[in-house]
Amino acid sequence: MTYAIELKDLRKSFGKTEIIRGANLAVAAGERVAVIGPNGAGKSTLFNLISGRLHPTSGEVHLHGERIDGMKPYEINRRGLSRSFQITNIFPKLSVFENLRCGVLWSLGYRYTFLRFLSGLHDANERAETLVRQVGLAAKRDVLAINLTYAEQRALEIGVTIAGGASVILLDEPTAGMSKTETSHFIDLIREVTVGKTLLTVEHDMGVVFGLADKIAVVVYGEVIAFDTPEAVRANARVQEAYLGSSVADAQGGLH
Amino acid sequence: MTTNPTTHRPKKTSHLLVWGSFALVLVAAPWIFGSSLALTILSQIGYLIIICLSYNMLLGQGGMLSFGHAVYTGLGGFAAIHAINYVTDHAVPLPLVLIPIIGGLAGAFIAFLLGYVSTKKAGTTFAMITLGIGELVAAIAMMFSGVFGGEGGITTNRTYGTPFLGLTFGPQMQVYYLIAVYCFVCTALMYAFTGTPLGRMLNAVRDNPERVSFIGYDTQLVRWFAFIISGFFAGIGGSLAAINFEIVNASDALSGMRSGSYLLFTFLGGATVFFGPIIGAVLMVLASVLLSEFTTAWLLYLGLVFLIMVMFAPGGVASLIMANVRVARFGKLHRFWGLYLGLLVTGLVMLAGVSALIEMIYHIQLNAAMGPEVKFLGMQLDTSSAAAWAGAIVLAVIGGAALEFVRRRFARVWGQAQEEIETEIKRKEQAA
Amino acid sequence: MEFFTISLLNGLSYGLLLFMLSSGLTLIFSMMGVLNFAHASFYMLGAYFAYAISNVIGFWPALIVAPLVVGLLGAAFERFSLRRVHKFGHVPELLVTFGLSYLILEIVQLIWGRAVVPYGLPPQLEGPLFSIFGTQFPKSRSFIMLVAVLMLLSVWLLLTRTRIGLVIQAALKHPDMVEALGHNVPRVFMLVFGGGAALAGLAGVVGGNTYVTEPSMAHAVGPIIFVVVVVGGMGSLAGAFLASILIGVIQTFAVAIDQSLGSLLEKVGVQITSETFGAPVLQLTLAQVAPILPYLFLVLILIFRPKGLLGTRED
Repeated sequence: MTYAIELKDLRKSFGKTEIIRGANLAVAAGERVAVIGPNGAGKSTLFNLISGRLHPTSGEVHLHGERIDGMKPYEINRRGLSRSFQITNIFPKLSVFENLRCGVLWSLGYRYTFLRFLSGLHDANERAETLVRQVGLAAKRDVLAINLTYAEQRALEIGVTIAGGASVILLDEPTAGMSKTETSHFIDLIREVTVGKTLLTVEHDMGVVFGLADKIAVVVYGEVIAFDTPEAVRANARVQEAYLGSSVADAQGGLH
Repeated sequence: MTTNPTTHRPKKTSHLLVWGSFALVLVAAPWIFGSSLALTILSQIGYLIIICLSYNMLLGQGGMLSFGHAVYTGLGGFAAIHAINYVTDHAVPLPLVLIPIIGGLAGAFIAFLLGYVSTKKAGTTFAMITLGIGELVAAIAMMFSGVFGGEGGITTNRTYGTPFLGLTFGPQMQVYYLIAVYCFVCTALMYAFTGTPLGRMLNAVRDNPERVSFIGYDTQLVRWFAFIISGFFAGIGGSLAAINFEIVNASDALSGMRSGSYLLFTFLGGATVFFGPIIGAVLMVLASVLLSEFTTAWLLYLGLVFLIMVMFAPGGVASLIMANVRVARFGKLHRFWGLYLGLLVTGLVMLAGVSALIEMIYHIQLNAAMGPEVKFLGMQLDTSSAAAWAGAIVLAVIGGAALEFVRRRFARVWGQAQEEIETEIKRKEQAA
Repeated sequence: MEFFTISLLNGLSYGLLLFMLSSGLTLIFSMMGVLNFAHASFYMLGAYFAYAISNVIGFWPALIVAPLVVGLLGAAFERFSLRRVHKFGHVPELLVTFGLSYLILEIVQLIWGRAVVPYGLPPQLEGPLFSIFGTQFPKSRSFIMLVAVLMLLSVWLLLTRTRIGLVIQAALKHPDMVEALGHNVPRVFMLVFGGGAALAGLAGVVGGNTYVTEPSMAHAVGPIIFVVVVVGGMGSLAGAFLASILIGVIQTFAVAIDQSLGSLLEKVGVQITSETFGAPVLQLTLAQVAPILPYLFLVLILIFRPKGLLGTRED
C-alpha cells in the first residue's frame, strides 16, 4: 500500500545532540492526523524534515511512495506537499488577493514568465478569488497582509498553504495564539478547506486535536511512540505515562 | 515620519493620463528649458531614469541591495562603443538607433554569467558579493587596455554611416530625442514587468524568500532572472550614456563610486514606489551638474542628506510625496503649512551656519593662497577672523536647536493625523 | 629561500592587519546583524587621528588615544543614528553605514586634504628588526603583527573570561532574553559597535604609518575585508582569521612574481608573440593579476563552497 507520508527510521542530529531519534510513521491518503507531544519533543523538526527545510542525518521520508528526503522545499512542494508555519509566514507588502494569487501560480503552470500580465491570467485570478472567499477575507481583499489582524493573517496563511492544490497539507500549530471563539471558527475553516486531503497538524490544544483528527501521532523525545485513533491513544498506558496525564481528563470534560 | 503602505487601484483613464503626461514632458522639455545646458541635463536625466529604474528592479522590487550595478551599465557602454566602432570600420548597415539594444544584450549576458554567482545568497551577503564582483570587474578592466582603453578610455563617433530617417545624431537635440524614446519605452516595459508573474514573484521573494520556496518556486531562479532583466536595461542605459558622450572610461564607468551613486540616488528618490527612481535620476543630474557648481562640498552635503533620509524617511522623496498626498486626500494637509514653513526657515538658518563653516574650512584647505576671504551667499567671510567662525557656529547651533524643536512638534501633529486617518480607514472597512 | 621567507613574513603581517579589521567587522556582524560598511572608514580615521595626535603628544600616547577617540565616535554613531534605523531592517542598517562611510571620506578630505599625509614611523619603529637571508624585515611590520596578536588575545579573553563578555555572547543569540534578565542590551550594542570601531582605529594607527595614509586608504582595504568575511564564512572569527592569512600571504607572494602564463610556456619551448591567440591574457604577469586575486577567491568560494571556509550560518 502506498502511504501519503511515510517516515522510516528518521534521524536528525544537530551537532552532537540527536533531536529525532528514529521516527517511524505511515499516514494513509486522506487521513487527518494530529501530531502531539511535549515541548521540545521534535514535532516542528519533524515537519521541517518532511517539508525539506532540514535534511535528515539518516533515514527516509516518502511522499506518495517517492523518496523525498534531501530534496529542496520547492521540489517537494511541486510533488504535492504544502505547509504552514508556526510564526505567520505570508507576504506582508502584498494584498490578501495578491498573496493567494502567488500561491496558485505554479500549480496552474505559470513559471517564471514575464511575457504575460497577471491581470490576463483568468484561471489564476478566479482561483484566487475563490480562495479569498473560502478563507473568509472577501471584505479585506485589497488590504495589505501586514495590516490584517493576527487571526486574519493566520487564515491567509492557511489560504496560501492550500492555494496550490497540494494533496498533503502540514499545519504547524495553526491555532497558536487564538482565543476560544477564533479557534473554533478556525477549526471549521481547516476542516472545510482540507476535505479529501491528507492532513498533518501539530497541535497543543486537545479540544482541537480530538475534534479534528482521525488519528493521533504522539511524539516524545524524537520518536513516535504511538499512532492510533484518539480513543486508543487516550487509553495507551505508555502515552499516558509519558505525556497526557491530567490534560486528557480536562479535554474529555471539555469536548463538544 | 513613517508611512503606512497604502493600497492603490489606478483606473484605466488615470493610467492614460499619467503616461500621456510623461510622454508630453519628454517631448516638450527641451522647448520649455531652452538653453543648451538644459539639453545636456535633460539628456543625462533621460538615460539615468532607465538606469535607476533598472537598479530599483533589484533593490525596491527584489530586496537585493547591489553595490556593483556599474558593472552592467559600464559593460553595456563598452559594448555599445565597440559596436559603433566595428560597424563604422566594417560598413555594417546597423543604425545608431539599434546600438543600445546591443548594449542591453551585453548587459543581460554579463548578468547571466555573474548573476549565477551573485544570486546564490541573499541580503547582506548578496550586497558584499556584488561589491567584490564590482571590484573584480573594475580591476580586470584596467588589465586589458586594448578592450577597455586604459586611462584614456575608448572613444567613438556617433555620426557614422548614412543618416537614419534624415538624422545624423550629431546635434545634441537629436541625441536627446533618441534617449527620450528609449526612456519612454524602457520605463513602460519595466512598469509592465511589475504586473507579470515573474515581477510579482520577485516581490514575494523580497517579502518572504522562505515562503516562496514553499509555494513551488525556486527563489534563486526568480532572483537570477530578475537580475538578467535588470542587466538588460542597465546595459541600454549605459549605451545611451556612451552615445551621449562618445567616450567610455573604465575608471569611471565601472567604478565603485558610480555604483554607489546609483544606489544613493535611487534610494533618495524612493525605492518603495515605482516612480521613485525617476525622481532619483533627476536629483542625480541636478546635484552633479548644478550643485557641484555652487559648492565644492557638494558630496559632503549629499552624504548628509542621504544619512538623514535613511534615518527619517527610508522610502525616499517619493514616499514623502505619497504620504503628503494621502494626508491631503483625507483633508488634513492644511494643518501642516505652518509647520512646513517652520521646518524650512529653521532648516535654512542651520544650513546657513553649517555651510558657512564648511565653505570656510574648504577655503583654508584648497585656496589658502588666495587670501583669507571666501565668498558666501554674496558676502565676504574672513576666515582669519574669529567673528566669522563664531557667527557661523552660533547660526548653526541656534538653527539646529530651533529645527529640532519644530521637528518634534511636527512629528506629534503628524502622528496624530496618521492615527485619525487610520481610524477613518478602519471605519470604512467595517462599513463595507 | 630568501624570497620565500620575506614574502611569507610580509604576507603574514598584511594578513594579520586584515584580520584586525575583519575581526571587528565579524564581531559587529555576529552581535548585531549589521554589516558595517564604514568599518574601513574607522580604520582611516584611526590613522588620521594618530597622525594629528602624534604631532602633538607623540606616537606612543596616540596608540592609546586615537583608537579611543574612534571608538567613542563609533559608539555615538550607534546611539544616535544606527539605533534609529534598527527597526527598519538589515538593508537600511547597511545603507546608513554606507552613508557614514561616504561622510567620513568627505570630512577627512575636508580637514586634511586629498593628498598623502606625512604620518611617519616613530624612531623606535624605524629600521629593521632582524636580517634573514640577507634581506631585512622591518620593525614596523613586526609591530603590526605584535599588536594584532595582542589585540586578538585580549578580545578573546574579554569575551570568554569576563562578565561583560558573557553578556555580549548571550546577547548575540538571545537579545530579548538578556534584556529581560535586566541587562541593558542597547548599551551592549553600543559598546560592541564602539569596540569594533576602536579595533579598526587601532589597525589604522599601526597600519597608517607602515603603509600610506591618504583618503583612498579606506577604499583600498574596504572591499578586501568584506571579501575576507564572506570567504571565511559570515560570522565566523576563525574563518576570518584563516581567510585573512590566506589572502594576505597569497597576494603578497603574487605581487612579487613576475612570471606570466606566457613566460611559463616559453620555458617549455612554446613561443608567445603579440599575435598569438589570447596573448593579452597569457602575457599578464602574476604581479599584474595580484590585485584581483581576493575577488577571484570570492567567486570560487561562492561557486564551490557558498557558506564559506568555516561558515556555519544558513544565510
